[in-house]
Amino acid sequence: MAVSVGEAVSTGPVRDHTPPARRFGGRGRSVLEVALLAVLAVVMLFPVLWMIETSIKENRDVYAIPAKFFDFKVTMDHFKDVFFASGGGRSALSVSFLNSVVVAGVSTVLATVLGVPAAWAYSRFAVKAKKDQLFFILSTRFMPPVVVVIPIFLMYRQVGLIDTKLGLILIYTAFNVPFTIWMMKGFVDEVPAEYEDAAMLDGYTRLQAFWRFTLPLLLPGIAATAVFALIFSWNEFVFAIFLTSSDTVRTAPPAIAGLIGGTTVDWGLVAAASVVFALPVLVFAYLVRKHLVAGVTLGAVRR
Amino acid sequence: MAGIEVTALHKRYPDGTVAVDHVDLAIGDGELFVMLGPSGCGKTTTLRAIAGLERQTTGDIRIGDTLVNDLPPAERDIAMVFQFYALYPHLRTRDNLAFPLRAEGLPKPEVRERVDEAARLMRLGPLLDRRPHRLSGGEQQRVALARALVRRPRAFLMDEPLTNLDAELRADMRTEIKHLQGELGTTMVYVTHDQVEAMSLGHRIAILNKGRVEQIGTPLEVYDRPASLFCAAFIGSPPMNLIEVEVADGELRGKSGLVLTPPPNLPRDRSLVAGVRPEALEVTEPGAERSVPARVVSAEWLGDEIIYVVDHGDQRDVRVRMPPTVRFAADAPVGLRHTGGPPPVYDVSTEELVA
Ligand SMILES: Nc1ncnc2c1ncn2[C@@H]1O[C@H](COP(=O)(O)OP(=O)(O)O)[C@@H](O)[C@H]1O
Ligand SMILES: [Mg+2]
Repeated sequence: MAVSVGEAVSTGPVRDHTPPARRFGGRGRSVLEVALLAVLAVVMLFPVLWMIETSIKENRDVYAIPAKFFDFKVTMDHFKDVFFASGGGRSALSVSFLNSVVVAGVSTVLATVLGVPAAWAYSRFAVKAKKDQLFFILSTRFMPPVVVVIPIFLMYRQVGLIDTKLGLILIYTAFNVPFTIWMMKGFVDEVPAEYEDAAMLDGYTRLQAFWRFTLPLLLPGIAATAVFALIFSWNEFVFAIFLTSSDTVRTAPPAIAGLIGGTTVDWGLVAAASVVFALPVLVFAYLVRKHLVAGVTLGAVRR
Repeated sequence: MAGIEVTALHKRYPDGTVAVDHVDLAIGDGELFVMLGPSGCGKTTTLRAIAGLERQTTGDIRIGDTLVNDLPPAERDIAMVFQFYALYPHLRTRDNLAFPLRAEGLPKPEVRERVDEAARLMRLGPLLDRRPHRLSGGEQQRVALARALVRRPRAFLMDEPLTNLDAELRADMRTEIKHLQGELGTTMVYVTHDQVEAMSLGHRIAILNKGRVEQIGTPLEVYDRPASLFCAAFIGSPPMNLIEVEVADGELRGKSGLVLTPPPNLPRDRSLVAGVRPEALEVTEPGAERSVPARVVSAEWLGDEIIYVVDHGDQRDVRVRMPPTVRFAADAPVGLRHTGGPPPVYDVSTEELVA
């Protein structure tokens, strides 16, 4: 390398006295960045903030013109209404929340239990036409739910799965398994097959080797995948509104949507229900945030 | 302990790749047997078939007197060390070592005793309470070896276990493995693409090429009389000079007139190539006795020796190994002569050793 002594020496002073223009440019950019981010944050977060505010306002403050941002009386009545019926006992909304928990939870567990071993098999074994099979599995997710909901509706009516939690659980599982297989295959590929080889030489069967060595290493990936599946099932609206009708079966998204549309809309109740509905997913995502990022970036850093 | 016999092994992967074409091996009880060959020649596949991790398409594998074709890895009673160490990342060294023993259901005191013994053999004392990610590459490999030892298996299988270590550590570990194998007397099949490793470790070496065995022999045999042109070009650094020769008047002559010591029973009427080691040639002053005129193309000073590339009027230049005290300038006119005994001679069309 042809670095002259003069050049080499002059780097010191240059570093100490950064040219003013450069410095200004740097700061200018960061100011712009912060400003843009702030605008974006306000735009994105305003509906959320407004939802939270509305959920703790009294109804007449909700309709106040000009809108009241800060000087309103805080009330928890709406949250009480979410869980308890006016005459005492459980409210229809609270039942729908419980349904959501059951449907999303069970379908996520099923998708994971089915998808993880499948991903392992696709990763480890020589399967005929493996790429085609994997593509076919993925292709089932290309269709948006609205496209298949009518045929599913007709099929469900035939077999008596209309307006049942089991029906929702099955369709959510079916939608989540392909996703689980694909995402988990990435994680399994990352775990060297030698762990299982070594375990098999140590006296374990192939399944034991998977269960005792690969599975523990996959737990972070499973957590991330399960959260994605859970979010899908939890938020799902189209199937839920088409395939269920009674209050005892309905999940939260159609139940909350059902609050809107009467002659008067109790916006406070809608907002409070939405807050309660959003919380579990936020908490879950927060708990596994590290693995979520790993899961999302997995494809980007593969060899 | 047991010998290993591989008969007519053939392995075709589902995608159609023939990884092992035809391999016969008879590995003696207590032998340190090395499989040597370039990358992709089927070494790993053969080893994994012996271990039971891969099912051969056809052929038989015997460990001791048992035909193990249909036995799962767990029932073959062998230990394998991988290029990638495969230490369980969530276990400390101590538990990594104990693992195979617990799998066998040995009583606790015996597990502890065996772990301590293996740790002593591989000098792992201070590392016993660390997890793999806090061990250096060399330490991880020592733990992997110790883990193979604790079970006292009937045979060790090693798949390029030293490839990921740096050169100095590799030399140390090589010595250690050889010593250990001698001490324990356990049969070991050692796979490598590094001929130095193969030469220094093996009681016998099998040279593999494209899924076939080219030669099996002691390091000396393999070095002195490579069984085929492939082996001749593979073993040695630099490898043999392959010089086209013809037989005339009871003499073996290169195209340049270079005279080689003729081996007995040379076949006639065939195109022949002689394999001449760089140390069996000598660069001399021009016009020296029995020398042919030649020219130094380049010289490589390696400290303890000099490798001269010499043009002697043949199509191919030859490499000559000389002591560092003898110096010739590049482009200098010199003489070239053969000093060794009869070289191995190969048939050009069959590529096999004929004399
Ligand atoms: N699981 C596999 N499926 C298909 N081909 C394979 C597989 N494993 C190895 N091969 C191929 O078989 C040949 C021999 O491989 P291998 O036994 O790993 O060679 P080596 O260990 O000597 O480098 C190579 O061409 C390799 O690409
Ligand atoms: Mg290999």
